[in-house]
Amino acid sequence: MSTKEAAPWESPTSGESSSRSLTICRAQREAVDWEMEHDERVFMMGEDVAGFGGVFGTADGLGDKFGSDRVIDMPISETGWIGMAAGAAMEGMRPIIELAYVDFIGVCYNAIVNHAAKTYFMSGGQFKVPMVLISGTGAGYSNAAQHSQCLHATLAHMPGLKVVSPTNAYDAKGMMHTAIRDDNFVVFLVHKGASGVGFMGPLVKTSLSDVPQEDYTVPFGKIKVYREGTDVTIAGVGLAVHQALQSADSLAKMGISAEVVDIRSLVPLDREGIIESVAKTGRLVVADEDYHSYGVSGEVIASVIERDATIFKAPPQRVCIPDVSIPFSRPLEYSILPLEERITSAALKTIENV
Amino acid sequence: MSLPTSIRRSMFETMVRSRFWDDRLTTQYWIDKTPVFAFGAGPLPGELHTSHGQEPVGAGVCAALSDEDMITTGHRPHHIAVARGVDLREMSAELFGKKAGLSGGRGGHMHLYDKRVNFSSSGIIAEGLGPAAGMAFARKMQKKSGVALSFLGDGAVNQGAFHEVMNIVGLHKLPFICVIEDNKWAVTTHKSMSTACERNSDRAENYGMTGEFVEGNDPELIYLATQRALERARSGEGGTILEIETVRLSGHFMGDPAGYITGEKSDYQVDPVPVYRARLIDDGILTEQEASDIERVIGAEVDEAITFALDADYPDANDALNCTFA
Repeated sequence: MSTKEAAPWESPTSGESSSRSLTICRAQREAVDWEMEHDERVFMMGEDVAGFGGVFGTADGLGDKFGSDRVIDMPISETGWIGMAAGAAMEGMRPIIELAYVDFIGVCYNAIVNHAAKTYFMSGGQFKVPMVLISGTGAGYSNAAQHSQCLHATLAHMPGLKVVSPTNAYDAKGMMHTAIRDDNFVVFLVHKGASGVGFMGPLVKTSLSDVPQEDYTVPFGKIKVYREGTDVTIAGVGLAVHQALQSADSLAKMGISAEVVDIRSLVPLDREGIIESVAKTGRLVVADEDYHSYGVSGEVIASVIERDATIFKAPPQRVCIPDVSIPFSRPLEYSILPLEERITSAALKTIENV
Repeated sequence: MSLPTSIRRSMFETMVRSRFWDDRLTTQYWIDKTPVFAFGAGPLPGELHTSHGQEPVGAGVCAALSDEDMITTGHRPHHIAVARGVDLREMSAELFGKKAGLSGGRGGHMHLYDKRVNFSSSGIIAEGLGPAAGMAFARKMQKKSGVALSFLGDGAVNQGAFHEVMNIVGLHKLPFICVIEDNKWAVTTHKSMSTACERNSDRAENYGMTGEFVEGNDPELIYLATQRALERARSGEGGTILEIETVRLSGHFMGDPAGYITGEKSDYQVDPVPVYRARLIDDGILTEQEASDIERVIGAEVDEAITFALDADYPDANDALNCTFA
């Protein structure tokens, strides 16, 4: 195991306790470690993984533990080695690959969507491609237009790949186990702001959770209700879920009961779960840090309307990036993010519209 | 060095099989595509890139391979698929979009997969290289034997994927052969207008690989060069960039009259199939009668595969919704 000391925000681990409070990064790392220990087909490949442990620490200490044959540093040649991962998966391996920032999919989109995602279909099921692509998403730290995007809809739009985005440590570990054991290509996205990665500053408290030492799975295709409510459903993806939780606090002070739903699995999408929540509240706000148009927010709203157009007591609202590139300057950037104030305003709009 | 008779004869048979199959497909392709040409019309729809002229590459390379070796190839896959032994009936059915096809009609002519013979093709230029290198990588990790080969055209070398993957192959000394089919044409653009060096095999040194250029579209020289590359790969000496001079006797795809192949650029457009036939007869490997017998038997085999495909059922329309996830 890694000899790295627990980070200051992590609870000290004692031999007696079977669970500890972890960050998303540390939790998903545990799942990777466990799977590599128990399945020799699993290996990790990416930039700066072997020695450095990857940008998010997903491979922290795993290079030392499993050796450079199973935790493999790759050159800055993403279309090359993501294509390789697909080929290795076709030959029976189960690669876990890390693309530091999801913004970089531009250079390897072909390997992702035309090969890894389509091979099972095009081969009529002859070749499976069981691999996991880990990547970081999100803005909020002045990294500007090319290092701040979410792009989960850009991936979720394509048939043949699953897309998940856990927002807390318990889900991150369980969903990583599920991802590695899945026979399909899974894209595993974590918002940098919620991940607990060292360069993002203070931790988002609601992303921490008690994580069992043992392996366990969290299924895809099921929403998580973070907070129950009766007046309005706020469905979020990624960091926006944590903003939505703050918004629910503010709304509660105004006497409004908000239900906060973490979509957490974009493909497969738990349409039934979302509809069930909206059926209860009659109002919906979708908070999504991806671009406004043609995205998850529209998909979620359409899914509800397709089922029952009379379900809404007020028009649903979207709180997203308003179809502009993400600016560098702090006031510019903050003005377009789906932060608590915008989510609260949107929720109030659904109430006032009654 | 003279090759065993059985191999020479077998390579001729492979070339004939590939040629006859492409000829039959050409006939089928034009059904319902005149007087108005439309890719989507007729019993054999879509783009069709036949391999006329490139048969020696498939025949020569694949004759040297073992069962455990793996192949990825590109949008012009017929000669390689036939040479590798992809089931001709199922492959024909796939091209005609039938349920009995390799992928149940989901793939079509550019996307041929046959796991039984470790074969796959991709319609995206040069992007079969990564998966092939990954297959080689997997075998290395599994401590299993097997060399991966990826076939691409000379035009594909100008894709970034080529340079990314060759660098990784050299870095990890993967058991890998990059087979460049140098037919001099990237759709309608001649190699002299697209490629800064004369021989792409010269690039190998910069990637820590061995480079070989095979002249003359000669299946025997191709076979021997492949053998050398396989030996290097199997003995841990790493990868080879094997550039093979060949010819594209047709247009880029059916419907392209290739009017741009003129003057000195057409001088080398020699059909390799009759050339090899005459050579084997000259060398006393085959008699004229034996060559004709081979052609008759293979012709019947190919006709049977096409008839099988034509007679086969289309898939149930709902099949489109299956097979996206395992």
